[in-house]
Amino acid sequence: MIASIEALGHFITSRVERLGLAARFSGAILLVLWVSIRRTSLIIRELYFSGVRSLSIIAVSGLFVGMVLAVQGYEVLQRYGSAESLGVIVALSLVRELGPVVTALLFAGRASSAVTAEIALMRATEQLAAMDMMAVDPLSRVGAPRFLAAILSMPLLAAIFTSAGICGAWIIGVKLIGIDDGAFWSQMQANVDVRIDVLNGLLKSIVFGTAVGLISVFEGYFAVPTTEGIASATTRTVVISSLSVLLLDLVLTVMMFRGLS
Amino acid sequence: MASHEPSAMITMKGVRFSYADRQILNGIDLTVAKGEIVAVMGGSGGGKTTLLGLIAGRLKPQSGSVIVDGLDVPHLKKAELYGLRRRIGMLFQFGALFTDLNVFDNVAFPYREQTDLPEAMIRTLVLMKLEAVGLRGAQALMPAELSGGMARRVALARAVALDPSVMLYDEPFTGLDPISVGIIGRLIKRLNRALGMTSIIVTHDLNETLRLADRVIVLSGGQVHRDMVPEDIRATDDPFIRQFADGLPDGPVPFHYPVMDYVTELMGP
Amino acid sequence: MNRSRFDFVVGLFVAIGLLAMVFMALKVGNLASFDSGSGYVLEARFDNIGGLKVRAPVKSAGVVVGRVDSVGLDKETFEAIVRLRITSDYRFSKDTIASILTSGLLGEQYVGLESGGDPVYLAQGDRVGKTQSAMILEKLISQFLFSKAAETPAKAP
Repeated sequence: MIASIEALGHFITSRVERLGLAARFSGAILLVLWVSIRRTSLIIRELYFSGVRSLSIIAVSGLFVGMVLAVQGYEVLQRYGSAESLGVIVALSLVRELGPVVTALLFAGRASSAVTAEIALMRATEQLAAMDMMAVDPLSRVGAPRFLAAILSMPLLAAIFTSAGICGAWIIGVKLIGIDDGAFWSQMQANVDVRIDVLNGLLKSIVFGTAVGLISVFEGYFAVPTTEGIASATTRTVVISSLSVLLLDLVLTVMMFRGLS
Repeated sequence: MASHEPSAMITMKGVRFSYADRQILNGIDLTVAKGEIVAVMGGSGGGKTTLLGLIAGRLKPQSGSVIVDGLDVPHLKKAELYGLRRRIGMLFQFGALFTDLNVFDNVAFPYREQTDLPEAMIRTLVLMKLEAVGLRGAQALMPAELSGGMARRVALARAVALDPSVMLYDEPFTGLDPISVGIIGRLIKRLNRALGMTSIIVTHDLNETLRLADRVIVLSGGQVHRDMVPEDIRATDDPFIRQFADGLPDGPVPFHYPVMDYVTELMGP
Repeated sequence: MNRSRFDFVVGLFVAIGLLAMVFMALKVGNLASFDSGSGYVLEARFDNIGGLKVRAPVKSAGVVVGRVDSVGLDKETFEAIVRLRITSDYRFSKDTIASILTSGLLGEQYVGLESGGDPVYLAQGDRVGKTQSAMILEKLISQFLFSKAAETPAKAP
């Protein structure tokens, strides 16, 4: 009994400790950001590995999600005789929620886990220490460009996901089911607000990019330099990133869309 | 600032260091003169690598002073520390080459990061360093394609790229075949003489050390156990050094990890 | 892969991403015709606005000419104050009637503007004088029931 209370206490304090470490780490990375932001060639390299390499999975997933939304949405809407609203339903769910959230989840699995493994391995093989010994700050040379690349790729990828999804819904709704093309687009345009829906959606994905980028670099940096350590750090990146994205989404949605309709 | 002889490159006084509750170094006093090659020997986990970390400012001692080239290392600000590190080269145990860069780019890394030299000039310098370690022909290879000895030589070329005044070697011979050990040993000696560097070599390899070093320091119990010239090592009857030199399994460094009596454990409590 | 190829591929990626954003702004949302913040604002007071929401369309002869900017309550008269943001291309005369209408039987509510013949036009901040409140289904039903009830005794004797 006492042992289990002790274990619980230890668990909680170690978690709080790690949170404190993460906060300090975030501060440190923000401090070196202005140095790294000028190293465009490094950021471009990371944009390639995080962004470009995620492009196909994001576009294909978006297309499929849009198609499924169209099939499901049509099935419900036609019961109420408002199948023309399909465009609105699909567009709003993608622009506000599914685009930013699903993109962030896929990004965490596809790109962030790789970033964590890469940094953890660089640490285990003393590459970061070697850099530090050559008077090059590993945080600004290795950490910050990967962090920045996540922030920059996320809104671009989310926009691509959403656009692909709407195209998918259009293919199913207009081409296959036969909803009127004009009604599909005009209803969508009349009900999707650029500032409230589109911009807030993009803002969400920037916040998700920041969180996922920070988590992946942090977990890589503080991974135990062993085989199991790297494996568990990679897993932790995916798990913590996904949970953070969903939690942040809840908070942001309440902040952005409460009081509207 | 502690007193500091003008000819000394590195001075350590009363340095103590511990990880959590494990005492690693317990009052180290050490002076290394300019241009000297000093070998540091001792059992595994005896704090040899920690010593290098303290000199490079990667670790901070709990007490005592570390002076390198007149600078009080533990109390330097980050920018000052990085300024000092531009004059310190370090060869890591397994080379620590950047696996995403080829041999040429690995050696070019310090020039590209620390200097504003034009690319043509960098190319010349990199080829000179690679020529010095005999690997100009391997410039396009990736680290994964190199043998252990070649990787170590590339790492050496990278470490001396900026012509440092102090070189730290962390077990440079570990895991190498005898030929590579000989090559690395000769390179260390030649670079030291050619560039007028001060070198500290942490190693287990007694034979190579005796051929290479001006002075050998033996660490034991977190302190400088012996400080002698190589010739004296062969002759000494110090039990610890004898065990080390002759590779005896038991002696002052016990064979067994601390444990209860064998018979008692077998027979049960 | 050399540096210029990295630059090219990443450039392409950024271009596709930006294109997707433009697509979202112009084709999905309608930035071109409704840029909130532009146009001019009119005020209309209603006894009851029913289920009218912010961002509901403002239509004239079925054409969307603006959006509901905000909805509030006058603390003294207990009238609903609705601010309408009208696209600057459209102008309405002083005697325009604003009414709250429903698209279809159960559809969304919107504000309908019916321009009169007055040569003077409404400008920024003006109030639409004549308004017609929302039809509340419960009221309609009870009115209908009362009139039925009133009719019945007349027939009985």
